[in-house]
Amino acid sequence: MTVIDPENAPLTADIPEIDEDERARLKARQLEKIGKWILPAVVMALMIFGWDRIVVWNEIPHYILPGPGRVLSTLIADWAMLFDALLVTLQITLLALAVAVIGGVGLAVLFTQSRLAEMSFYPYAVILQVTPIVSIAPLIFIYVDSRLAGLLICAWLVAFFPILSNTTLGLNSADHNLRDLFRIYGATRWQRLRFLQLPSALPYFLGGLRIAGGLSLIGAVVAEYVAGTGGIGSGLAFRILEAGYRLNIPRMFAALILIAVTGVVIFAGLSFLSHMLLRKWHESAIKREG
Amino acid sequence: MSTSPAPIGQRAPVLHMESVHKVFGGQVVALSDMELQVNEGDFISLLGPSGCGKSTALRLIAGLLHPTRGRITWEGGQGSGDLGVVFQEPTLMPWATVAQNVWLPYRLRGKTYNHVKDEVLEALKLVGLEQFQNAYPRELSGGMKMRVSIARALVTRPRLILMDEPFAALDEITRFRLNNDLLNLKAKIGCTVIFVTHSVFESVFLSDRIVVMAARPGRVIRELQVDAPYPRDETFRTSSEYAAHCRAASDALHIAMGEAA
Repeated sequence: MTVIDPENAPLTADIPEIDEDERARLKARQLEKIGKWILPAVVMALMIFGWDRIVVWNEIPHYILPGPGRVLSTLIADWAMLFDALLVTLQITLLALAVAVIGGVGLAVLFTQSRLAEMSFYPYAVILQVTPIVSIAPLIFIYVDSRLAGLLICAWLVAFFPILSNTTLGLNSADHNLRDLFRIYGATRWQRLRFLQLPSALPYFLGGLRIAGGLSLIGAVVAEYVAGTGGIGSGLAFRILEAGYRLNIPRMFAALILIAVTGVVIFAGLSFLSHMLLRKWHESAIKREG
Repeated sequence: MSTSPAPIGQRAPVLHMESVHKVFGGQVVALSDMELQVNEGDFISLLGPSGCGKSTALRLIAGLLHPTRGRITWEGGQGSGDLGVVFQEPTLMPWATVAQNVWLPYRLRGKTYNHVKDEVLEALKLVGLEQFQNAYPRELSGGMKMRVSIARALVTRPRLILMDEPFAALDEITRFRLNNDLLNLKAKIGCTVIFVTHSVFESVFLSDRIVVMAARPGRVIRELQVDAPYPRDETFRTSSEYAAHCRAASDALHIAMGEAA
């Protein structure tokens, strides 16, 4: 039998004790860290390679399916035109998102302050939401003269509902004991809103905002398809339509890639914003051990 | 402030409950004709089984409910900041730091933080958390959160503090420590407390008056006095005097349960 003498035990201060479980966990964490970035990159590389090979081996003409190299060179060649279009689409998307935030949060606050307003108007918010935007958009462009205003209204209609419904849920989910406490201390309606309900609603609002960011881009693109008029000041969706008529398939792909990248950037930006605002106190933003 | 309260018969009154009756939904009698006079420096426990109306009584005093009959009057009227409340959960705002949470009662009265900073830090010092003023609630243990909640209740130096089973969700070791700390606090600032509990031992250790209540309908069936002097410490917990008071309270509680059954 061996008795380990603690005095003469080997120094383990610089080598922390690691058992099987610990090792497995560390390994899993490392795999997670690397895999999160490398695996999607590998999949993408494989897909682009496969795409290229299919085009080359089958000798598919570029007006049916262009190879990735051709799409890239089109993207570079048409950059000036596509970038202008991107700015237009981006402008409508961000404006619509801003108006959706103001409208969604404003309506949510109104609904929680006045039960009468909620009962009167909430059903109509739902009706606006469930009616497909493609079916309303042509009407909007008949009645609204300004093309920009029409596009904005369409994108807003698509984007505002998740913000409204999430913020309403958040405003109503303030801790009931804290509500009682505010009543006991004689808080005014405004104080309750400012110090209790709005902070409680923040995580819900940010969740809605992330959905609305993607939706406002979809709204902007769909509205452009419907609006259809071209010329100066056209967005990416119009460029896709136009390239389609001219059988310029590589440009369609290039514009499509720009739209997808824009969506990802908007989502990432809003996720980052959400993380920064919540990282100090909310469970969703706190990294857990084990 | 006083370190030990005047004898029970000689304290100035703070609040009266006169035949307070509360009926829910027109038929459930939550509280039946409750009489209670709260005096300055009292530590009153409301002890009873669930459904005996002890929490209803507290909510009535807090003004969250209104009596169906009878009245509750504050001696000299109720001013803002006269009341502090501690709930069963710590009920802190997770987005605010410890100091901001304790500031809340003043903030709702329109006082800026710099204006009342000394009071906030003093309250945190009383509960032993002054070095945690910038921490967020999630970084604290259950017992520490409850201390913040207590600091918030006493920051305005209210005339009456209501506590609704504040330590029921804590482990026993933490509960004992907080019981001791609560009595130390009481010795330091001489606060008046109404404490709802269903623990006989807690009520005897903490209070000088125990109001025993029964359920269906919720009512007061007996009032006991625990005349052991403050400060009380661990030696009181093991004394024969403590055991005798516990037995008396326990017997009264048994009667309360028996009457309800």
